[in-house]
Amino acid sequence: MTELSGAPAMDGVHLATPTAAGVAEYLEILKPRVMALVVFTGLVGLSLAPGHLHPVLAAVAVLCIAVGAGSAGAINMWYDRDIDALMRRTARRPLPTGRMMPGEALGFGVVLGVGAVVVMGLALNSVAAALLAMTILFYVFVYTIWLKRRTPQNIVIGGAAGAFPPIIGWAAATGEIAWGAIALFAIIFFWTPPHFWALSLSRTDEYAAAGVPMLPVVSGLYETKRQILLYTLVLWPVTVAPWLLGVAGDLYAAGTLLLNAIFTVTAVQVCRDDGDRSARRMFAFSLLYLFLIFSMLLMDRAGGNWH
Amino acid sequence: MAMDPEAERQRTIRVRNRALVAVLVGLVALFYVITIVRMGG
Repeated sequence: MTELSGAPAMDGVHLATPTAAGVAEYLEILKPRVMALVVFTGLVGLSLAPGHLHPVLAAVAVLCIAVGAGSAGAINMWYDRDIDALMRRTARRPLPTGRMMPGEALGFGVVLGVGAVVVMGLALNSVAAALLAMTILFYVFVYTIWLKRRTPQNIVIGGAAGAFPPIIGWAAATGEIAWGAIALFAIIFFWTPPHFWALSLSRTDEYAAAGVPMLPVVSGLYETKRQILLYTLVLWPVTVAPWLLGVAGDLYAAGTLLLNAIFTVTAVQVCRDDGDRSARRMFAFSLLYLFLIFSMLLMDRAGGNWH
Repeated sequence: MAMDPEAERQRTIRVRNRALVAVLVGLVALFYVITIVRMGG
């Protein structure tokens, strides 16, 4: 097998012989769906920041955030290719199926990451560039390499990487980190655990087989469901913070209360359900929840609905 | 009819090369526009 560089291979894992990777494979390892969410939240951070940024520079900032996220995703796929091959959800990715060589993915990820940070620094400012670099490094070294295979708190701490884009967007516009940006960070940070644990409840066997210590694998279903409910309750005050800080208006405040009520009901249903149907429903709703929360922030900003 | 694997590989590489050229041209245009905007600001 052609192996340019490697993560620790697990016994009994067979990776197919790699072939020349095409454009589709290069795009796939950027994790486009994750990238879409990152771009959206980064754009909201940029839009909510005070002051005016030239539209071209705003577009460059969003592009850099997107490419940075893709870079982290590619390096993550390079490192995790051994456990990806063991899970149904990830087994069809380019590396486990041998459609791409490990070295290609690593090189692509590193080049994109360095490029995104350099362009962010040259076109916007050094604060945004430093935050982008820190986010990529945090996702790769702290989450992927250090925490993911060692602790059930992997996505709690590692989730910070996914929460940084609004701060990066804000910093790109203003050159500084403000409380409003931190409030947006907190929303994604506390949303991430119930989102991923809802997913892991329906894939406990896969994570166990791959040796990934997700919370349901280590602490059981009851404790995971309890934690999911606790985090959804924490989201009530956290999502109200932008309104308290004056970053969002009354429309947002009313909408967020409604969304939190629905999210909490789905968490209670997960706690009561012995199967995984409610968990899958909660996972799907969690995506809509975050999208709507950030959409309302954007709408409030666009409508000038300040209080 | 099954495609020749080597021909398929060559086609994949050709498409990839064209995409790379497009990306490089895009980067040149991007740096040009950034420079113009920054100078104007």
